[in-house]
Amino acid sequence: MTNWNVILNISKTHLLTKIKQTSIAALGVTFGIGSYITLVCFMTGLNAMLDDLILNQTPHIHVYNEIEPSKRQPISLYDGVNGSFNVVRSIKPKLSQKKIHNALPIISYLEDNSDVRAALPQVKTQIFYIAGSIEIGGNLTGIDPLSEAKFFNMGDYIVEGSAEDLSTTDNGILLGIGIAKKMSLKVGDRVQVSPINGGIFPLKIVGFYQSGIADLDAIQSFTNVKTVQRILGEANNYITDINVKLHDIELAVPLAKKIEQQFKLTAVDIKTANAQFETGTTIRNLITYAVSITLLIVAGFGIYNILNMLIYEKMNDIAILKATGFSGRDVQLIFMSQAMIIGFVGGLLGLLIGYGLASLISTIPFQTEALPTVETYPINMNPLFFIIGFSFAMISTFLAGYLPSKKAKKIDPVRIIRGQ
Amino acid sequence: MSVVLEAKHINKYFKKPLLFHVLKDINFQIKKGEFVSIMGKSGCGKSTLLYILSTMDTDYEGELFLNNELVTGQDRNHLSYLRNKHIGFVFQFHYLLSEFSVLENVMLPAKKLGEKTLKEIEHDAMEKLKMLNIGHLAKKRASQVSGGEKQRVAIARALINNPSIIMGDEPTGNLDSHNAENVFNIFKALSEDKGLSLLVVTHDEDFANKTDRIIHMGDGEILP
Repeated sequence: MTNWNVILNISKTHLLTKIKQTSIAALGVTFGIGSYITLVCFMTGLNAMLDDLILNQTPHIHVYNEIEPSKRQPISLYDGVNGSFNVVRSIKPKLSQKKIHNALPIISYLEDNSDVRAALPQVKTQIFYIAGSIEIGGNLTGIDPLSEAKFFNMGDYIVEGSAEDLSTTDNGILLGIGIAKKMSLKVGDRVQVSPINGGIFPLKIVGFYQSGIADLDAIQSFTNVKTVQRILGEANNYITDINVKLHDIELAVPLAKKIEQQFKLTAVDIKTANAQFETGTTIRNLITYAVSITLLIVAGFGIYNILNMLIYEKMNDIAILKATGFSGRDVQLIFMSQAMIIGFVGGLLGLLIGYGLASLISTIPFQTEALPTVETYPINMNPLFFIIGFSFAMISTFLAGYLPSKKAKKIDPVRIIRGQ
Repeated sequence: MSVVLEAKHINKYFKKPLLFHVLKDINFQIKKGEFVSIMGKSGCGKSTLLYILSTMDTDYEGELFLNNELVTGQDRNHLSYLRNKHIGFVFQFHYLLSEFSVLENVMLPAKKLGEKTLKEIEHDAMEKLKMLNIGHLAKKRASQVSGGEKQRVAIARALINNPSIIMGDEPTGNLDSHNAENVFNIFKALSEDKGLSLLVVTHDEDFANKTDRIIHMGDGEILP
């Protein structure tokens, strides 16, 4: 039978009479947990921001018609030279259309798939921006602005104007900020664009687009799908790209393969497109956890040390408790409970300090050209980190208290009493 | 008269640094209400015997009975319980928990036993302190009272669970003659008025002569 009241009362008295040591031990845990929370919130916040930078804009699967040479050249179909060593010089890419054949049925087929969140059509083309006698080369992409904003966070990269403006304005254009600077244009102005096959079309600027990648911003502009189709003189089934967003990113690889086989198109999944990016994320996480765990282990050793000292100081008390009928287990529980109280209080304070520091960091201004929508340092306050931090505080103090308390359990009261 | 404590053929060896036969075939009984002292030269094994009798030392041969119940070979938790309930201990040095108040020190063994409510325990502890004329010290820290007072607090603590027997290892050894006299009188009164058994190891011949029975020890044996 364990009388918790008595045991907790004794450990409380021990802790309160040695308040300095107790607070130092608890502070060790506090700083360990506090810095863990701060570090992990900050690092995962940065990671998430960098992930978003790539993942938000990138479709999970990008479907298009690749211009490439035929894998089987005509000579290999000819039986007459079968078995000989054929050399084909100056291979040319196969002549094929840029548009995706049967794009609209494919899109509705993909949208019916329950794994797919959205399949959005795009029309990409090369154009010239015309400023007086100067022609600046660039890309014009026809999009469905509202869906792009909804599924690919297009809105984050529109620095002036909005996706709604683009969708409601016939002949509107969302101009890359680099081009706007070069040509000294502002919202409401008109810009003339010319497709490769000739003709000049005036478009009304409804906003500016800034991706954060300067080279891209100097050429890329967006407009409605219909506008591009009109500029190119194509029918409304002229679609060059389909961007697919899934519910579960892990399904991107199998679905991309399936699309390639089913429709004889090129489908690039996000994992293949951003392989090196994922490696970076993994390594940053690894570093975060390595540093955090080191901090917590150091705090654990601090507690171990202080409890060990406490037990040496309390030898007499331990002997007297045992002589008056406290069992070894009771004595162990007294010291274990002290460790756990230190862990509990220190851990809680650590969570508070971590929360405070993380909140503080999230108010520090962080402005960069690359990220137009980010104004302060990104912080990822995931409740899971707080649960992990607190659990680790309890586990490490448990381990740090276990060894010294086991020693206290084994102390022979006769040796202490007679030894004096 | 019922037998409170009985030792049968107790033998003990120290194995380090050399094999040494400390206690040689010890047999004796203590009856209820008896005040017994153990005397002998330093190193004759009297303290060693006392710690075996107290159940704290379990490394011995032979059999030990407390209230006619075999104690030898019981597990440590049960021994702790027996010690808590049936044995009160008074040491040469005062051995109070210095961070607790006098009252808390006295209450602690009863709290551990957990047979009474906190109120009853506190009431009992105050009774014991008053009986030993130290009621006014109850709220003081154990480290702030004098040596003689500490020993009386220790006696009060030994009495709190109304034990079958009180054991003392030179309880007056560290006290001046006035306080020693005082402690002896308390013991004597407990034995006579409350029918408590006492077993006290002592060097003090005057002290021993006033007890009911003296067990003389020499070289690990009880001398006739």
